[in-house]
Amino acid sequence: MKEFTPAPDSASIVSVTDRVKPVTLGMSVTSAHFLGHRAAFVGGEENVAFVDDKGEISTVTVHSGGILSTACDGNRLVMGGDDGKVVSLDAKGEVTLLATDPKRRWIDAVALHPDGAYAWSAGKFAFVKSGKNEEKSLEVPSTVGGLAFAPKGLRLAIAHYNGVTLWFPNMADSAEFLPWAGSHLGVTFSPDNKFLVTTMHEAALHGWRLADNRHMRMTGYPGRVRSMSWSAGGKGLATSGADTVIIWPFASKDGPMGKEPAMLAPLQARVSVVACHPKNDIFAAGYSDGTVLMVRLEDGAEILVRRNGTPPVAALAWNAKGTLLAFADENGDGGLLEL
Amino acid sequence: MSEASQKIPVTVLTGYLGAGKTTLLNRILSENHGKKYAVIVNEFGEIGIDNDLIIGADEEVFEMNNGCICCTVRGDLVRIMDGLMKRKGKFDAIIVETTGLADPAPVAQTFFVDEDVQKNARLDAVVTVADAKWLSDRLKDAPEAKNQIAFADVIVLNKTDLVSKGELAEVEARIRAINPYAKLHRTERCSVALADVLDRGAFDLDRILEVEPDFLNADDHDHDHDHHHHGHDHHDHGHGLKHYHDEDMQSLSLKTDKPLDPNVFMPWLQNLVQVEGGKILRSKGILAFHDDDDRYVFQGVHMMLEGDHQRKWKEGEKRESRLVFIGRELPEKSIREGFESCIVS
Repeated sequence: MKEFTPAPDSASIVSVTDRVKPVTLGMSVTSAHFLGHRAAFVGGEENVAFVDDKGEISTVTVHSGGILSTACDGNRLVMGGDDGKVVSLDAKGEVTLLATDPKRRWIDAVALHPDGAYAWSAGKFAFVKSGKNEEKSLEVPSTVGGLAFAPKGLRLAIAHYNGVTLWFPNMADSAEFLPWAGSHLGVTFSPDNKFLVTTMHEAALHGWRLADNRHMRMTGYPGRVRSMSWSAGGKGLATSGADTVIIWPFASKDGPMGKEPAMLAPLQARVSVVACHPKNDIFAAGYSDGTVLMVRLEDGAEILVRRNGTPPVAALAWNAKGTLLAFADENGDGGLLEL
Repeated sequence: MSEASQKIPVTVLTGYLGAGKTTLLNRILSENHGKKYAVIVNEFGEIGIDNDLIIGADEEVFEMNNGCICCTVRGDLVRIMDGLMKRKGKFDAIIVETTGLADPAPVAQTFFVDEDVQKNARLDAVVTVADAKWLSDRLKDAPEAKNQIAFADVIVLNKTDLVSKGELAEVEARIRAINPYAKLHRTERCSVALADVLDRGAFDLDRILEVEPDFLNADDHDHDHDHHHHGHDHHDHGHGLKHYHDEDMQSLSLKTDKPLDPNVFMPWLQNLVQVEGGKILRSKGILAFHDDDDRYVFQGVHMMLEGDHQRKWKEGEKRESRLVFIGRELPEKSIREGFESCIVS
């Protein structure tokens, strides 16, 4: 991709800030996604703001309180709220109520399966609804920190204290426990279904090779890792939490075991969010000082998308084709960049 | 501190079963203060106020993976704080109610250990509600009740209408044997001024004004000197105030008007809380260092310490160092000797 190649004699960083269409959402933002051709910015509470390629904003109310969790597959955005509801939003802006917790507990985590199944959690319970099947639930030993569906088969990873429970909701007594001391929050499968990685309450990741449950400790972060993104083809896992983007190698059968991660795009600020390009070996990174960079994995070449001097970047997303990048800071000031 | 004042204050409300925590909570919420609270409770349904955010919690305590066994935090609080921060601006303060059997330490430590929690919220005070009629018994048979008293910044001694004057004096003396530093309020049905329980700044280094017991001033008898005389129970003191000595939970106060050597004191204190942090529940101090015109203040919970230069010593102010430890089976002799060795000779 030619446009990512900085001129060899350029003294300073290449900037595309002048090509960004600014977006002012006027609400706090926690994540961004693409639904159809529009960017969808999820607010801290109540609303999702759609932004089309002309920069037109339209707002949809999805919850009657805080929005605690989100998952998106490009066709729909599923969210859990502190109103005890699980809702789905489609590209047309239509909201569907998927589930209501009978005790109005917080919906702490949600996950989406490619075949349409979805999962959510409240307290120690994880729930799965798949097609016309009845809703299934599983109680784990402590509060659920995160959920993720495996890329193949209907299998759910449930992160909690002291490990992860793997569960086939359609098979009785199928729960398998992968122990590791500490509090596990986020969880993700590698796209090839070979590895499982969690973000921990401590400033570390933990991983398991699923073939033999071998452990992978990924430590050395100065702060908690809140954002993970698989690079195109799942060759690497890019993560926030340090003042550079840390990318763990997953291309070989041993994953990152015994290997050093790549450290790219160092700044004087903590990386707050990362999003890998869906097709090319490029990622976008947002920082705690408001900077947004595009970075080439191969050599770390950087392009400036947004300057620093604002609240932390909270939301970053590519569309499925990789032609649009959406971003916003915590206060809802952001932009769209067309490539 | 401007930074501290932007953080949302968190009050921890603790107390043994039946002491009156919910009564105090309802009183706080129903008073006409014009403030909105986010309240984290363990039992839904007992609070009848719609105006505020009520969140159910599970009291899930876990150990931090940092090799420090007493460093436990409330995982559910980390999660709830995360969720609440999405609704910033919708409430002015947070109240965490613990169960009657809870140890306050993991709650307090959550606010010091977790980076994200610390960024947004500050622990204001631990408020313990105690039952005037039953506390003396609970201190004998329930270690949780003793922990809650030892940990408190504010003690609301409730149901005083159900006991005689003599019984009240007795229970107060038992509280003081454990924790002479907390502010104590005698109440019926938890009727206490909100200003006495909220916005106390008990963990704010800038507000560690004096490390003084909340005693009658006439009684300047240092409690810790009692240790050598006898193992337990009480003796009448000159002022007619009973003195108890709790068998395992004590406070230890140290003071000197000679300057301390920071190069000796700091490693000593660090080491002390590393080695004895399991026993030390709370610690506080105001320090006068050699060749230093600033007052240094610190406060700690178990192994966690935070300290800073606070301000210049005022002209004519007595440059005196004072330290307080509240804990279980404190090794008094070695602490005193260690402290003495920090004095510049």
